Amino acid sequence: MATLTLNSPGTTARSPWAGFALRRTWRLVVSLAALVTAAFAMIHLIPGDPVRTALGTTADPALIAARRHSLGLDQPLLKQYGDFVGHLLHGRLGDSIGAQMPVSEIISSRLPATLQIAVPAFVLILLLAIPVGMTAAVLTKDGRRRRGELAFTGVTGFLGAVPEFLLAVGLIAAFAVAWPVFPVASRGGMDSYVLPVLALTVVPAATLSRIVRVETLRVLGEDYMRTARAKRLPARLRYLRHALPNLLTSSLTLGGLLFSSLLAGTVLVENVFAWPGLGTTIVQAITEKDYPLVQGVVLVYGAAALLITFAVDVAVAVADPQSTVRGS
Amino acid sequence: MPHQDQDTSLRHRLGRTLRTPIGVTALTACLLVVLVAVFGPVLLGDQAARIDTDAINRGSSAAHLLGTDQLGRDIAARVVVATRLTLRLTLLAAVIGVGGGLLLGVAPAVVGRRLGRLITATVGVLVAFPGLLFLLFLATIFGVGSTGAVFAVGLAMVPPMARLVQNLTASIAGSDYVAAARILGVGRFKLVVRHLLPNIAEPSVLFATQAAGGILVAFSGLSFLGLGVQPPEYDWGRLLNEQLNRIYVNPVAALAPGAAVVLTGLMFGLVGEVLAQAGGRRAPQAREATPQQVKPQDETAPDGDGGALVRARDLRVTFPGGRRAVRGISLSIGVGEAVGLVGESGSGKSLTALALADLVPHPGRVCAGTLRFDGHDLRADPRLGTELAMVFQDPMASLNPALRVGRQLAEVAEVHLGATRAQATARAVDRLGAVRIPLPERRARQRPHEYSGGMRQRAVIAMGLMGEPKLIVADEPTTALDVAVQQQVLDLLAEVRADSGAALLLISHDLAVVAQVCERVLVMYGGLIVEDLPVAQLVGGAAHPYTRALVGAVPTMATDPGTELATIPGRPPEPGEAGAGCPFAPRCERARKRCHDDAPELAGFGPGQRVACWYPVDAETAVAPAQAASHGAEATS
Amino acid sequence: MSSLELRGITVRYGRFTAVDNVDLLVPEGTVTGLVGGSGSGKSTLGKAVVGLAPMQSGRVLVAGSDAGRRRGRSPVQLVFQNPYASLDPRMTIGASVAEALPREAASCETPARKAPARERRSACDAEVARYLELVGIDPARAVLAPDALSGGQRQRVALARALAARPAVLIADEITSALDVSVQGAVLNLLRRLQRELGFAMLFISHNLAVVRYLSDQVAVMDDGHLVECGPTERVLERPEHPTTRNLISCVPTLALAEEAS
Repeated sequence: MATLTLNSPGTTARSPWAGFALRRTWRLVVSLAALVTAAFAMIHLIPGDPVRTALGTTADPALIAARRHSLGLDQPLLKQYGDFVGHLLHGRLGDSIGAQMPVSEIISSRLPATLQIAVPAFVLILLLAIPVGMTAAVLTKDGRRRRGELAFTGVTGFLGAVPEFLLAVGLIAAFAVAWPVFPVASRGGMDSYVLPVLALTVVPAATLSRIVRVETLRVLGEDYMRTARAKRLPARLRYLRHALPNLLTSSLTLGGLLFSSLLAGTVLVENVFAWPGLGTTIVQAITEKDYPLVQGVVLVYGAAALLITFAVDVAVAVADPQSTVRGS
Repeated sequence: MPHQDQDTSLRHRLGRTLRTPIGVTALTACLLVVLVAVFGPVLLGDQAARIDTDAINRGSSAAHLLGTDQLGRDIAARVVVATRLTLRLTLLAAVIGVGGGLLLGVAPAVVGRRLGRLITATVGVLVAFPGLLFLLFLATIFGVGSTGAVFAVGLAMVPPMARLVQNLTASIAGSDYVAAARILGVGRFKLVVRHLLPNIAEPSVLFATQAAGGILVAFSGLSFLGLGVQPPEYDWGRLLNEQLNRIYVNPVAALAPGAAVVLTGLMFGLVGEVLAQAGGRRAPQAREATPQQVKPQDETAPDGDGGALVRARDLRVTFPGGRRAVRGISLSIGVGEAVGLVGESGSGKSLTALALADLVPHPGRVCAGTLRFDGHDLRADPRLGTELAMVFQDPMASLNPALRVGRQLAEVAEVHLGATRAQATARAVDRLGAVRIPLPERRARQRPHEYSGGMRQRAVIAMGLMGEPKLIVADEPTTALDVAVQQQVLDLLAEVRADSGAALLLISHDLAVVAQVCERVLVMYGGLIVEDLPVAQLVGGAAHPYTRALVGAVPTMATDPGTELATIPGRPPEPGEAGAGCPFAPRCERARKRCHDDAPELAGFGPGQRVACWYPVDAETAVAPAQAASHGAEATS
Repeated sequence: MSSLELRGITVRYGRFTAVDNVDLLVPEGTVTGLVGGSGSGKSTLGKAVVGLAPMQSGRVLVAGSDAGRRRGRSPVQLVFQNPYASLDPRMTIGASVAEALPREAASCETPARKAPARERRSACDAEVARYLELVGIDPARAVLAPDALSGGQRQRVALARALAARPAVLIADEITSALDVSVQGAVLNLLRRLQRELGFAMLFISHNLAVVRYLSDQVAVMDDGHLVECGPTERVLERPEHPTTRNLISCVPTLALAEEAS
């Protein structure tokens, strides 16, 4: 056969895999390096003297000099950078100007609260968006049920357009003020988690279910779905065995950015609910000009976002080797 | 010219879209927001600024619709007045974001290769970070306040915008027409101005509009966090920030600025939607005429199948809007017979095949006087599953990329033949071997992307052989394949037919392909079968002028290089375009008045030959086929 | 009018060698057909000649002088396979053809220094009309966008654009494979007539041996990046020397069966 692949079947897929792993890891490393550098550069990009800005114009010059020294700002730039990276590798992020505490301690005490709402939200988004999007696609495929399609795109479009923090305000107004079933703010018992998680879930879930619907429609229009119909497979098999794996990979790729932005979304939602997580910390730190703390939180958020996208990419590559080979 | 009257200019399409309900809504919303932004501060500015110590933190009342704030200022007036500042800051940030994005996006196409790559890589790293994080980072640097926030929000918009523009630019820079311009020596700058920008303008504007909605939200978020607009100035986000802690006392005061943000955001979304529709990216939902119900000639007494495996009479495939793709054809395929179906794109040949397999895509409707397969009415009893095998044009697409090939074969046996998983897998391996796929056990465990094109087509054929097919329908099975592989697949089809005794319906635009495998050829034109003839009659014996022209239009290895090729003036009709007469009449040099007025029926012509033509070409009297057509005829149609 | 000579052309994409050290001469005023299976490198060779594929080594000589790396308008023009992709959808067909006109003849783009703009504009329009007429398109349709044309007509416009650049050599890359059967013949007839009238050298790339046989004086066969056989059409097709050529010929589906029977 003229175009038969001559290499033995096992080896054909091997090299693109190694290539992919290398490329993807390299991108992660470069992005992390960029993040670290940006976090370092931040303090130097601030117009004027950051310490003076932070402590106020009336501060004692001796105090300013001492603080400058403790932050290492009196050192040459390159040495500062080296120290910054070196300390980072040892898990040290410097001391907060305001709280006079190691930044790493503040972060480790605040991070769990953030994860406690972000992780359930993440799971809930997936559990909601995929079945809803797929069902909507199956029900409205080939231009069937025009009105249903309009309702779906209308509702999800509206929900997707409402920013998380406004939704959070709306949820409070509805379920804590008008109809007080849940507490208004701050972390407490299990019921205090409901509104923050919901506020984080609804918007991305609506957006993702739209993506899933569009992807499902695309997959349903593919030739191999016609093949499945030509084989007279029952609908259950066609949708679950033939369509689902294909639309999962592409939806995840598109939804990958959504997940990393979910983490950032916690910032606003935490502030609405006065949630003692990283989000309230960073906003406070920015207003108080507590730069080392801002640096630390930015690093945590940034690294988390990069790792999530990395994980999604790897998951997609494992599930769908073809796209990996294709997308060089 | 079907397209000429179709208005393609953006302005006309925009005008048309603006008259749809969504267009009217978007326009009204825009107008309203602009009016509020312009006149709000003029009319309500004083009221919004008036401090009333007697009415501090009041709830909603007749005097103060949304109540008052901690200084006794009217919140409703403040929400209205804040429109102008909010919009101004949003637009400023949008200008920064869109401008920067365009600049960075187009730059790689203009600057040198190395610098271009650096820009692309930088943007690639930047988009990996969530926008809000970028925003907070920039807000830290620029400091708290509206100017800093404008820059922060605007710059945070740059990476995604730049990425979009880069992708658009790259796809256009890779297009054939840009390549052609480069060969013509068009300079780099001119290339951008003349070819790149006009072609990326539409999607960029669309994205910018949607981005403006995002910017509005981001800005409000920043102000809400207390990092954006600072007192005494206020935008919607700032108002929300001030009122949130009073949500217990006066919830409407907190909800009103939020609602303003959401509604204005939706307005941007609507404007984007209108632009998208006008740009043709999303077709405005045309009110389609309900499909004409063509009553098929009713068959009171179903006639015997007379030895035919497939018998269709008056088969029609119609689409909404009255497009009739297949316009009432009758065909029969004998047991074990190989029939070719030839025609140009749009002739309805593929839809005929799909109609036989009950696979016509949704808006299409199939109706027929008779549609019988192996003695059963196909419409009442679509018991095909294993008796009819389909082979499609694109083997790259017709296998599921996510599933192992063996699995895709085996499931046919599991579902239809009640085989266990092990039995089904064994049969799948056996069938793969039968289509001469080497190492079938190993190959069965692979996914389609590990197969070559020819092998995939073999696997699809093997899939059809899982049952005992009585008919194989192959729709352009070799068009996507290389010449050498094409031959192998054709040989395989012939072999499979000989082994299994299945009949074959081979659809192709290529007469030579059909001539190789088939015994009988059906020629389709404009949704009708115009001729039905034995393969042996194709050269020299064809009676329909169209068939003769087709045979003469393509050079074969025997064509005399000294003679001109036969040409057919004009172009094939679009589905639904055909009038009352013979569909080929407008292009036929033999056409007379009768041909334009009445459509001829398929009628017996010679032994085993039928033709739908009032003035068929007689084999004896035929001169050279349709020779007279002029060179420019196609263009002047 | 002049010949096209390729010397030692090699094109690599990463580690993959698409075209490997190909020498080919297209003599003045003749047509050379370039055939091969998909992936044989025939299209890449055509692209390399006009500078659209990265040439690792080798020289392109037009009329004996080096033309490969010169900037600006190439003396070799290419007509692409897909007429739906090769015309800018935002430009009228007249503008597309005008873009190809050599500057000294009649330039629409740069306003004239000496001649008044209007005069030059009309000279340019006349040139565009001439080329459109040459390929059988009504010059009145120069103001249309490509959307308004059928595939065959677009391919004619693409041909007019290539010819308007006054090429010494024309490369036709599978120009009929995206067209309907009934339109192919007309485009082939046109190409043959124009080649004979204008006398340019042409490299005609196609997977279809019958079409190549119909048009070419000389046939070159490529396989896996190598040029495996080259010679006069009749000799190559009747007495092929290389197994690839023999295989290609044996794989051409023909109406032979039908012809024998008739």
